[in-house]
Amino acid sequence: MTSAQHLLADEVSVGYGRQVVLDGVTLRIGRGETVGLRGPSGCGKSTLVRVLALLHRPDQGRVSIDGTAVDAVRYAVPVALRTRVAALFQSPRAAADSRLSLIDLIAEPLRATRTPESAVRERVAELADLVGLTADLRSRRPHAVSDGQLQRACLARALVHRPDYLLCDEATAMLDASTQAHVAAVIRDYQRTQRAGVLVITHDQTLLDRWSDRIVDLAATAGARA
Amino acid sequence: MTTTESVSASVPSRTVVTRPLLAVDGLGVEFRLRDARVRAVSELSLTVRAGELLAVVGESGCGKSVLAHALLGLLPGNATTTGHAVLHHPGADPVDLVTCGQRQLARRVRGRRVGLVPQSPATALNPVRTGRRLLAETLRAHGRDRADADQLAVDVGLDPADLDRYPHELSGGMAQRLVTALALAPDPSLLIADEPTTGLDRPLVDHTLDLLRRRCENGAAVVLITHDLAAARRVADTVAVMYASRIVEHRDTDQLFTAPAHPYASALLDALPDRAFRPVPGDPPMLTALPPGCAFAPRCPRRTDTCADRPLSTPLTGGGTVACHHPIPTGATT
Repeated sequence: MTSAQHLLADEVSVGYGRQVVLDGVTLRIGRGETVGLRGPSGCGKSTLVRVLALLHRPDQGRVSIDGTAVDAVRYAVPVALRTRVAALFQSPRAAADSRLSLIDLIAEPLRATRTPESAVRERVAELADLVGLTADLRSRRPHAVSDGQLQRACLARALVHRPDYLLCDEATAMLDASTQAHVAAVIRDYQRTQRAGVLVITHDQTLLDRWSDRIVDLAATAGARA
Repeated sequence: MTTTESVSASVPSRTVVTRPLLAVDGLGVEFRLRDARVRAVSELSLTVRAGELLAVVGESGCGKSVLAHALLGLLPGNATTTGHAVLHHPGADPVDLVTCGQRQLARRVRGRRVGLVPQSPATALNPVRTGRRLLAETLRAHGRDRADADQLAVDVGLDPADLDRYPHELSGGMAQRLVTALALAPDPSLLIADEPTTGLDRPLVDHTLDLLRRRCENGAAVVLITHDLAAARRVADTVAVMYASRIVEHRDTDQLFTAPAHPYASALLDALPDRAFRPVPGDPPMLTALPPGCAFAPRCPRRTDTCADRPLSTPLTGGGTVACHHPIPTGATT
């Protein structure tokens, strides 16, 4: 199994204080597949995303990327490993530094890994085109754009390191139908060309059926606990 | 939907009905910025009857939230509002919400006659008061028993025990239900709900929508401002599609969803995941630089030279209105 190409949460348990949120949950996202994840509010979907995105250390169990176990979280994970997983969250406002222009927002992960400025500019322009941010929007800061436009910038930021795995936690819930279809189309194109593994979390059953290759119920994964 | 409307069922146009609760006529809102003017609402006219649930849908930034705030006089100081929005109230003189002034709005209109469920509950709640105190305060101000608080909480799907929490102790969904309870407490005859279901999961979305629907059965009217087309389809009597500050199509819900007449409405429906799942091509225009003609023309597959002139809102044979030079023929016309 060590050579398998997948992002794996293996028997992961997480609690906040005495409250157990995830209890021995296993979830596998293969390269090139789109996995839909559903479950009632508060069942731990977002916590599972935080664990998979290497943002939260599980109490038990571990995360592995293509068979390589990851024993650290956040910046303690080597750059080459942590940039292979990216996440897109529900609220772009909460996920964006309000002091940065959209173009700097997208460039931030590249600058954090000391990418040469010329390469940064080229990659950012390419991604801004891909997600459909028009030239007049790029120099604006988050307060001067709509949620839909800001989420497009966040999507560009998530793709900036060409991740092999993309985790979308209710990423289109607050978007209008057209922007939702656009964001989904960009992610689906990226998934095909990069053969990326994608996790989609949404309460919208119609969207889940349309978008994902297979659907996992988190309540069922976690056993009897609702 | 209510008994009062049955007599007018044969009248083809919605604008000629027995009892409009709210009649908006030529409403315009413009914001002055340092170096630009933002036209957020242009020449907007519509009527809402008692017992009607009107959904206003459109892409983000089309001006639908500004419409809600204009009706309540809650716009910032750099906004200029023109036109009329007359609110009729049984047993009281009609009030023009645009011209009557802040004093009148604060004393007689807001809360009691027009309620608002605001878009972001996090910024609408007083952070140093518990939900129960906020609710008791509202109930007392409107002459109701504070003991009604528990029942109001249950109505919106909130556990009465959670009323004793402070706003920062509530999840986004719980805060959303609390602001809904606060808006419902004075029992307003017109409720404006600005994205009341964001942050709620599906069962709670359905619960909230059913709650709004029930208000209409009791004779109140609801204006539901939403980006969620599925929600609009589920509860609305009529749907107004807004694009670049204007209403481009306003029709019965079923007619709109089965045979949209405006090319934009059609393209927006095609973006739904159970339809083509295809985004509307191109980008919406900037509200600072709206074209003189049809604002959708640059993205429209049906455009011709005529579209350089602004299309007027015209009645459709099957009822409703559309503002387009080349509407898609609907089943009703052929």
